[in-house]
Amino acid sequence: MELTEEEKSKAIAVSRKILAGCERTKGNLIPILQRIQGELGYVPLPAMREVAGYMGLPPVDVYSVVTFYNQFRLNPPGKRQVKVCLGTACHMKGGQIIMESWERRLNIRAGETTADREYSLERVACVGCCTLAPVVLMDEEVHPRFTPTKVDGMLFAHGLTKNGEKEGEGA
Amino acid sequence: MSNLNDTVINALGRLKEAALPEWQALKEKTVILVGAATCGRAAGALPVMQTIKDELARQSIDAPVVEVGCMGSCYAEPIVVVLKPGQPGLVYGYVTEGIASRLVLDYVAGDDPCVEFALAALETHEMIPTFADYPRGQIEQKVVLEHCGFIDPENINHYLAAGGYAGLAHALTLPPEELIQEIKASGLRGRGGAGFSTGMKWETCRKQAEQTRYVICNADEGDPGAFMDRNILESNPHLVLEGLCIAACAVGAQKGYFYVRAEYPLAVDRLKKAVAQARDAGLLGSGILDSSFSFDVEIFQGSGAFVCGEETALLASLEGEPGLPRHRPPFPAVAGLWGKPTVINNVKTLSYVPYIMKKGARWFRETGTPDNPGTAIFALAGKVVSTGLAEVPMSTTLRDVIFEVGSGVAEGKNFKAVQIGGPSGGCLPESVLDTAINFDSLNKAGAIMGSGGMVILDEDDCMVEIARFFLDFTQKESCGKCTFCRLGTKHMLDILERITKGKGRPEDLELLTELAEDIKAGSLCNLGKTAPNPILSTLRYFRDEYEAHIHEKRCPALMCKDLIAFYILPEKCERSCDVCVGSCPVEAIYPNEDRIKVIKQDKCVKCNSCLVACPPQYKAIVKLSPPEMVAEKEKVAK
Repeated sequence: MELTEEEKSKAIAVSRKILAGCERTKGNLIPILQRIQGELGYVPLPAMREVAGYMGLPPVDVYSVVTFYNQFRLNPPGKRQVKVCLGTACHMKGGQIIMESWERRLNIRAGETTADREYSLERVACVGCCTLAPVVLMDEEVHPRFTPTKVDGMLFAHGLTKNGEKEGEGA
Repeated sequence: MSNLNDTVINALGRLKEAALPEWQALKEKTVILVGAATCGRAAGALPVMQTIKDELARQSIDAPVVEVGCMGSCYAEPIVVVLKPGQPGLVYGYVTEGIASRLVLDYVAGDDPCVEFALAALETHEMIPTFADYPRGQIEQKVVLEHCGFIDPENINHYLAAGGYAGLAHALTLPPEELIQEIKASGLRGRGGAGFSTGMKWETCRKQAEQTRYVICNADEGDPGAFMDRNILESNPHLVLEGLCIAACAVGAQKGYFYVRAEYPLAVDRLKKAVAQARDAGLLGSGILDSSFSFDVEIFQGSGAFVCGEETALLASLEGEPGLPRHRPPFPAVAGLWGKPTVINNVKTLSYVPYIMKKGARWFRETGTPDNPGTAIFALAGKVVSTGLAEVPMSTTLRDVIFEVGSGVAEGKNFKAVQIGGPSGGCLPESVLDTAINFDSLNKAGAIMGSGGMVILDEDDCMVEIARFFLDFTQKESCGKCTFCRLGTKHMLDILERITKGKGRPEDLELLTELAEDIKAGSLCNLGKTAPNPILSTLRYFRDEYEAHIHEKRCPALMCKDLIAFYILPEKCERSCDVCVGSCPVEAIYPNEDRIKVIKQDKCVKCNSCLVACPPQYKAIVKLSPPEMVAEKEKVAK
């Protein structure tokens, strides 16, 4: 995904702000990347280069860490992040069906962001709410006992709060 | 020595004395506890708590509302406990905002205990049974979970008043060798899954010449279906912290880490608060409880890699590297973090330690069996009535845990299997339900204890699909270091996908078994070594299901999408009803000329919505396998 100039300069500025005063030890690498992601929502290449430069590491080392761990995103997230739990309990109670419903309605695949950057869709391994399966997280809010029909309901509700703006009409 | 004894005991005594007034003050008023761990919150505990606070304010009642963790009965969340002075404490389940205000008006303000909403009483009550009166109360034995859901996890004073940190105080007065001896004598085995003797691990670390040592609490609970570590950290973080301090004291570590899964924000938050409070109270830092022992901890958040639950991968992650496991030996107890001796223990293991310190090794051995002493904590999920946590003595049978503690299979369905130990574990059928659960017996049955996640499967669950699900998980989470794990799991997954799509070949089962053996032999860490377990155990106990998929292109449990079709029985469909038409997200259902609903098979995405929507008095929608049966049925109908 191509980043805009604005996104690039923001990534660099945020990384520099976070890096200032950080100890240059390798053990600090993951916490720093987590803080960058916490602020930006993702860790783009310009941010990785900043980190590598500061820590005195080859950029590829930073890249290998970012791409190894599932938590790090390389692309900007949507305004609303939908995470579908596909742990054992959720899977057995139809998590895959829920995921397919979201994919169908948003017209994207898991791991992608809608073209208007409104929604991004992700799978999570298990959020530890197995007793309430299947579970969907909208941003950080847990929605228990999800059903395919709730997908439409949630999109509709969010469409309303956006003052009648369009919400990804059908697939 | 006695001097040190007095100093430490006095220091703890002062802390406890300062904590008690707050605790005592709670006993004089009506107190309302709201279970607000992640499970409670997801079920709506926070609005319930707000309703209670608002209603109390409206009635001008001075009653503290305390946010607590989870007592393990997650199925009945949100749970509210009302403690009225002079009355047995009453536990209410499935509390909604409406019930919450009723509780305040009728019971807190009035005298009506609202029996209709009560789950249990904490002491004998004339109208409400206690937890011990239920079948599960006879089997359960709470050690680690004792205070979970009854003390404020964000308040160190509650933990101190309930006897907290006494284990640490005792540990500080013992020579480290004696301390380790006590843990060894207790027979405590690592609850992370492998069941290695905790005392031996500590002893190895202690014996190293290198003086810089570390202790790490492994809270990277990644097994899908396991949530007991999250629950303990959210409900009683000080217990785990105390355990880690004792471990540090035993091995002589100066620094400790909590490695917590990034997916557990509430646990991280509560742990951070606990660490800050412990530091303020002089329970962390230099000169703990006025002794000469100094120790501090740091919280490190994982980044979503399942393999980092493996101890050497966890170390790599702490060192800022991709989480690739290393070769063992040397074991971390010899050369761990930054090459220094390191003890890595699971959350549950550390949670037992303060109790063993306080009550002694002999007390710990009173529960369980000689080789597997103590209790075991299981997370019950899936198709079981009472989902949640269960703490039972080691060697309780699977049947007791599932049918007595878990109250059996949900919705009156038939039990098919129980999946134990997550992606490294296996599926056990009805015939082995009388197996006593411990580290050794489960291995024999083809599963593993693992972290203790138990997912109950019923007649509607396809065992091939379950195996495919776990392989999909391990294949994605394989770190890629060992060829057999990286490529072997991919091959197995391809085969399983083929089978679930009805394209399986007769020789596939042989091939799967062969690959499983190779992956086990050719992988460095337990992720790879145990990855084939779900396949091997399902092949062993449910071979007929594999064969039905391969030879008959049929899914007996009606689960595999490519092998089923949805069909509306014309004789059952009600002409005046069209709920299913509206429920279909892809407009695949239409009424025919007789107003009987029909599914356009080429449009149907098999999402199950119509089957759920069809009113129970008609039950007109069925799943058929193989899908060709629809054409046959339609012919007959005409």
